[in-house]
Amino acid sequence: MADSAGVLVLAETEGGALSPTAAELVTAGLEVAAGLGLPLSVAMAGSDVEATVQEAASLGAQRVYAVEDGILSTDKPELLLEAWAQICRQTNPAVVLIARTTAGRDLAPRLAARLGVGLAQDCLEVKVDEDSGRMIAHRPVYGGNAMAAVVCNGTPQMACIRPKAYEPCEPDDSRTAEVVSLSITLDESMARVKLVERVAEESEGVRLESAKIVVAGGRGLGSPEPFKDLEVIAGLLGAGIGASRAAVDAGWVPPSWQIGLTGKTITPDLYITVAISGASQHMAGCSGSKVIVAVNKDAEANIFKEARYGVVGDWEKVMPSFTETLRELLS
Amino acid sequence: MPLNIFVLAKQVIDPEMPRSAFQVDRENRRVVTPPTLPPVVNGFDENAVEAALRIKDSEPAEITVISMGQSFALDVMKKPLSMGADSLVLLQDDAFDNTVDSFAVARALTAAIQKIGPFDLIIAGRQASDWDNAQVPLAVAELLGLPSVTIGKKVEVGDGRVTVERQMPDGTEIVESPMPALVTVSNELGQPRYPTLRGIMAATRKQPVVWSLEDLGLDGEQLEPQVETVDLYVPVTEADCEFIEGEDDADAGRLLALKLREAKLV
Ligand SMILES: Cc1cc2nc3c(=O)[nH]c(=O)nc-3n(C[C@H](O)[C@H](O)[C@H](O)COP(=O)(O)OP(=O)(O)OC[C@H]3O[C@@H](n4cnc5c(N)ncnc54)[C@H](O)[C@@H]3O)c2cc1C
Ligand SMILES: Nc1ncnc2c1ncn2[C@@H]1O[C@H](COP(=O)(O)O)[C@@H](O)[C@H]1O
Repeated sequence: MADSAGVLVLAETEGGALSPTAAELVTAGLEVAAGLGLPLSVAMAGSDVEATVQEAASLGAQRVYAVEDGILSTDKPELLLEAWAQICRQTNPAVVLIARTTAGRDLAPRLAARLGVGLAQDCLEVKVDEDSGRMIAHRPVYGGNAMAAVVCNGTPQMACIRPKAYEPCEPDDSRTAEVVSLSITLDESMARVKLVERVAEESEGVRLESAKIVVAGGRGLGSPEPFKDLEVIAGLLGAGIGASRAAVDAGWVPPSWQIGLTGKTITPDLYITVAISGASQHMAGCSGSKVIVAVNKDAEANIFKEARYGVVGDWEKVMPSFTETLRELLS
Repeated sequence: MPLNIFVLAKQVIDPEMPRSAFQVDRENRRVVTPPTLPPVVNGFDENAVEAALRIKDSEPAEITVISMGQSFALDVMKKPLSMGADSLVLLQDDAFDNTVDSFAVARALTAAIQKIGPFDLIIAGRQASDWDNAQVPLAVAELLGLPSVTIGKKVEVGDGRVTVERQMPDGTEIVESPMPALVTVSNELGQPRYPTLRGIMAATRKQPVVWSLEDLGLDGEQLEPQVETVDLYVPVTEADCEFIEGEDDADAGRLLALKLREAKLV
């Protein structure tokens, strides 16, 4: 189709700017577009998207679709869903890419079902198969124990991409794009789910997702108290603090500390784990760490298969001297 | 009128099995289930049963558990009944072998839901621990035109509405939806209750309703996969861990700190 969007990135927006994941999707999208010989388009829908148009162009989109409608707000995901569906119907993309953010993870499956196509969820890599000319998506399954390569049969082929799986592409302000404005019809009655209240957890420390160093504890710590000691280490190193799901489920630390498949994804330079066994579902959230350090009394623990440095020992004895030595080194 | 609650529950291989037991038949693109390892009800689906039971604790409700698959371990799938659910509907057919394709699974579940009759609330798990898709419930909601709310840690109903406290990355969110609606829940909901002896006895007496593809009025074509697996493999992780050893554990801790310093990591 001559006026097809080609590879279409559906970008989320935040307060009049593109979400950081948009630049990651464009990196993935440009590769797929090159493989298919199609253009790359970026679409945004929101109540305030004007400024995002140039931002999308600067990332390297050949075409930018902007849908501005005052009733679109992040508190009404059903409206954004319908906006995205209408954008897809009007622009006939061959491929649609969405970020697996908190919002994207929910929007993508409904969008796929609305368009009557399949979806490759939680992908780490998307590539074009030269023989078939189709996009192949690589994604972890079975909690990260296995990797699957999947192909969506319908059109558009849809993939939801894990944040941080791709490097964000560099913006270049001199780039320009063809800007197409679409008109879509939305009305309030489509928003049935209503936000009543949002309660942000107060946190003093460093944000886990952007921390350069992260320290985390697991079930082997046995109680909430040892996390205080980990906080001391985190304080010394300017590190973020996290936990395994077992420690969260035990009620020792809040859910926002959870690292892993169903928790946060971290990509620090240094990740220090204490009494964490390294289950695949945990590693799913931290395998992008540059260096993993493990303290665990079980030499057979899986964590040692992915760690760079390890101590086989009892944390109660290992950690106090570790902390003291760090304090001396850093003073 | 009691509330009608449907719970979607999937039978999966135990996700916490030892890694050494996990094997892939790459040629057939399938995970090989070790015969000694019994399957389990997907963990988040036990949370879904628990969420339904908590509603039933405070008002009259009828809980129907629905599961789709090629074959079932009946004693495993009866666990929700022994926890207190009222009935179990198994969608079982040789044609249901592709539980990987979310859209096909959603089609079959939707057909069953429509066949069973009117409902107020569908509760599902946030994701199945085999393919970690987190798609089936949303596709069901879409096929039925229902509002959906995901990753609930608290689900309450009243005045024809469902109120869900959702776990967000850095806090919580409370949202409200008119019913009928679909809600998915997560482990933050809390520990599912243990079956009581009475519950186990009651479950032994109950027989599931079993429906085939034909009973659902579907043909194989409607379940054609939208997503196909072209490869399935176990990723290799190279183990090059340097073990730090000292005179004792405390000494190893000290040496570890020095090592990290030497490597300019701290
Ligand atoms: C669908 C699904 C999603 C999941 N998502 C996540 C997720 O997002 N994040 C996550 O973390 N998990 C997740 N899990 C759970 C995961 O499978 C593991 O159960 C969990 O990570 C185990 O946590 P742990 O390592 O703290 O506990 P364990 O596996 O019990 O390990 C405790 C470790 O502590 C060590 N230890 C004990 N005492 C000492 C001591 N005195 N000194 C030193 N070491 C000691 C033991 O040797 C052991 O290795 C998920 C599971 C499923 C099924
Ligand atoms: N075959 C199935 N039978 C019943 N429920 C299912 C099935 N597959 C998925 N579900 C439900 O959908 C949720 C998410 O599954 P998935 O989308 O496969 O990750 C599960 O936690 C179940 O509640």
